[in-house]
Amino acid sequence: MTENIIEVRDLVKHYPVTRGVVFKKTIGHVKAVDGVSFELKAGETLGVVGESGCGKSTLARVLMNLERPTAGQVLYKGQDISKLSGGALRRLRRQIQLVMQDPYTSLNPRMTVGDLIGEPFEIHPDVAPRGSRRTKVKELLDLVGLNPEHINRYPHQFSGGQRQRIGIARALALRPEVIVCDEPVSALDVSIQAQVMNLLEKLQAEFGLSYVFIAHDLSVVRHLSDRVAVMYLGKMVEIGTEDEIYERPTHPYTQALLSAVPVPDPTLRESKAIIRLQGDVPSPVSPPSGCRFRTRCWKAQDVCAQEVPLLQIRPGSDHPSACHFAEKREIVATHEVA
Amino acid sequence: MSDPNTASIVTTPPATMPTEAGSGAPTNAGLPESAKQQKPRGLLGDAWIDLRRKPLFWISATFILIFIVMAAFPSLFTSGDAVNGTLERSRVEPSSAAWFGYDVQGRDVYSRVIYGARASIVVAVVSTILTLLVGGTMGIIAGYRGGWVDALLSRIADIFFGLPFVLGAIVILTTFNGSGTDNGEWTIMGLVIMSLSVLSWPVVMRLMRSSVLATKEADYIVAARALGAGTGRIILKHLLPNCLAPLLVYGTIMVGSFIGAEATLSFLGIGLKNPVVSWGIMISEAQNYIRVSPYLLFFPAAFLVTAVLSFVMLGEAVREALDPKLR
Repeated sequence: MTENIIEVRDLVKHYPVTRGVVFKKTIGHVKAVDGVSFELKAGETLGVVGESGCGKSTLARVLMNLERPTAGQVLYKGQDISKLSGGALRRLRRQIQLVMQDPYTSLNPRMTVGDLIGEPFEIHPDVAPRGSRRTKVKELLDLVGLNPEHINRYPHQFSGGQRQRIGIARALALRPEVIVCDEPVSALDVSIQAQVMNLLEKLQAEFGLSYVFIAHDLSVVRHLSDRVAVMYLGKMVEIGTEDEIYERPTHPYTQALLSAVPVPDPTLRESKAIIRLQGDVPSPVSPPSGCRFRTRCWKAQDVCAQEVPLLQIRPGSDHPSACHFAEKREIVATHEVA
Repeated sequence: MSDPNTASIVTTPPATMPTEAGSGAPTNAGLPESAKQQKPRGLLGDAWIDLRRKPLFWISATFILIFIVMAAFPSLFTSGDAVNGTLERSRVEPSSAAWFGYDVQGRDVYSRVIYGARASIVVAVVSTILTLLVGGTMGIIAGYRGGWVDALLSRIADIFFGLPFVLGAIVILTTFNGSGTDNGEWTIMGLVIMSLSVLSWPVVMRLMRSSVLATKEADYIVAARALGAGTGRIILKHLLPNCLAPLLVYGTIMVGSFIGAEATLSFLGIGLKNPVVSWGIMISEAQNYIRVSPYLLFFPAAFLVTAVLSFVMLGEAVREALDPKLR
């Protein structure tokens, strides 16, 4: 299980900012994703964390080929997905599926559950013969822990967690290899989050799925991920295994993020130093020169404004980090004590 | 790496059933209920089941059916003469001999109301359907494609939108149906329908366009695209059902306003002309005698109001049936 199923190379996605009604003039670009590279191995879960607006969802859309990248490539088994069209693209769609963030808007309110989960079979008729579709839909419902008898119900008759299960069943219908989860639990109650995550974990074990798991909640990502990538303002600042990121973070931004994770143990809370970041995330239309994090970083020096730090393994560390002054720091943020 | 095509997920039994309270419990509910649930249903099937339960639907549908039969076979309802009358019976009040009385020319109001249904209903319903089709299609194209297509279609719509309705209709109808022309009943109806539709589709287009714009960015459209759905499927299965509600409401109101508009055109002498009868013509004729013979206005107006109300109620019932949340 070491082959790369998805490879992302220097992915860039800029959205033009235009002015004018008839004669549109481009006055700038929102640099939503700006040079991101990573690979996803078969059967693994890559967590992507970052705050709102750092380009996580754009990354998901480009991975799903819903948006064309401005530059760079997304390779699925060595094939550039943005160059596919027609039949090849349809075959690709069967392999990469999406679970969306908001279960209240991602299901068509005027379709029954049976139609919603059966839609993939209608779009790809070769997956399941017409007669067997109904049975398959019921089996999928059963698989995600919903009552197959509810096949004729409408989305509004379900709770948020149940709706998210419907979304997962729809994504599973075509038996994909990769599922891109765009914050699949952030719209759910904490109690339901665990259920849905356990379901995702169970399905991964059962079907050998690979996940790209996007979230802004560090503990959620830790629960599920083998490797974690941290994004800031369209760039990846640190990537590594779950342990490397959570126990030995070297990038100041990761450290700040982790220091903000609430500690349930009141005795430990005393010994924990919270790093408070100053200011807001700069506008992605005109990000800072050099290191994008320098405007809020307590370590920033002159070199940070001039040189873009590369995502590479730094001395004294075991995983890539995009900081000129990467170093370990003691963080008491391990929520997974048990 | 397992090949996804050879092994189907659904043939694999789930390793562990998630233990969620409530799941599985309703399975043991009454057998007839679960047997009913087994039958696959879609939005339209459910809408029909819902409609059948609504008295409002049956009442309005019955009325509309009666009006349609009236329009198609007026002789089933009356044996009287709608066109010729005797002047000695001018403005004779309603009686047992003539339930609705006689008009100024001594014509039987009852027969005229029955025969008037055809022109009124045909003009109103056909122009409504045409308007909805043209405006709806343009709205979907403009909203979904966006860009220069949207700009072009919207500007074309603005041109028609800028024409005042009566002025536009006068221009169209005096050109093709001015005094001295000798058009048949159906030709005139066609012209009236055309001028009504040509001048009203921009409203429907704007309505549809804004609905589509609001819906097309919805997550479920993105999800459908991610599944690989084509444009046709997205429009028919996802956009249209979710954008139809405002159109249905506006359409049913339009039926009523078109009957009135047809009357306005007839009153101006450019719409339907004698001997063709329509409710609009009757109402505009009756307005001079509203003080002395109010029944001349009352009967055609009552039919008009009933017809319009039936369409509005039918539209309302259908709209509610198509929205699963309102069931």
